[in-house]
Amino acid sequence: MKILVNGAWRNTAGTQLSALLEELGYGDSVVSTAVNGEFVATAARSRTPLAEGDRVEVLAPMQGG
Amino acid sequence: MLRLYEVSLKSRLLLGTARYPSPAVLAAAVKASHTEVVTVSLRRESGGERAGQAFWSLIRELGVRVLPNTAGCHSVKEAVTTAHMGREVFGTPWVKLEVIGEDDTLQPDVFGLTEAARILCAEGFEVFPYTTEDLVVAERLLAAGCEVLMPWGAPIGSGRGLNNLFGLTALRAHFPQVPLIIDAGLGVPSHAARALELGFDAVLVNTAVAQARDPAQMAAAFAQAADAGLAARLAGPIEPRDFAAPSTPVIGTAFRG
Repeated sequence: MKILVNGAWRNTAGTQLSALLEELGYGDSVVSTAVNGEFVATAARSRTPLAEGDRVEVLAPMQGG
Repeated sequence: MLRLYEVSLKSRLLLGTARYPSPAVLAAAVKASHTEVVTVSLRRESGGERAGQAFWSLIRELGVRVLPNTAGCHSVKEAVTTAHMGREVFGTPWVKLEVIGEDDTLQPDVFGLTEAARILCAEGFEVFPYTTEDLVVAERLLAAGCEVLMPWGAPIGSGRGLNNLFGLTALRAHFPQVPLIIDAGLGVPSHAARALELGFDAVLVNTAVAQARDPAQMAAAFAQAADAGLAARLAGPIEPRDFAAPSTPVIGTAFRG
């Protein structure tokens, strides 16, 4: 199914957010996630289902002012 | 000591971490500034890319407290979601809340800001709102639960200093007990000294340090200026006057009478 990840369309076999992150190589990276604009905590990723067209944000620490 | 929520700090300079020529220069500037708080952010990162991880390792090694921001957010929803994401990644209830209302000046959307502050304070965040010098907005932010305010000096990155001295002085006078941190727009250390002389509790500087020819030296200069401004404030500056007042005693002056 197609999921919009950080603004780019991706085809994924994963049906849970945790599976998608594994598939995209985030592995043990320190990242935070949101699905369709709603924050999803790390502990909730494995029970967060994905559906066609969902918008996923994967954010990492970055320099800021 | 500066008290921000339950945290006591010696340094009156908070430092941004963006726009440095390299991570090594950033680290040198943080050390030279003796700051205890740096601002950080969150950005999209693709799998396999490790820039964010490397940055986070660097900050942790520096041993400073982090203040995650919601930079780039233009709506309440975006800011609230970003705050939650930052709290998880950075492990702190602190959030520098930015809701941008206008792209040329990066002026805060104070309506969105007060609403986002209300939501986040109710959820247990310790909110540092990036705001204007508007007294009514300040009042609303405090009513929402903010215990610190961060009024702008001038638009972010502009280096113009304290753009509205009258407004900022009125804000300081109106909320004598509230920690006020001048955030944004400072260009040179004298701006920081001025802010502290006026009674502001601290300054947050990023571009003026990061884009200086020698960021570490400029960071040290800002720290010294903030300390000097605070010392001057505590020492009780004289009031300006319109006419000269001789500093050398005039009694007994030669060649008179």
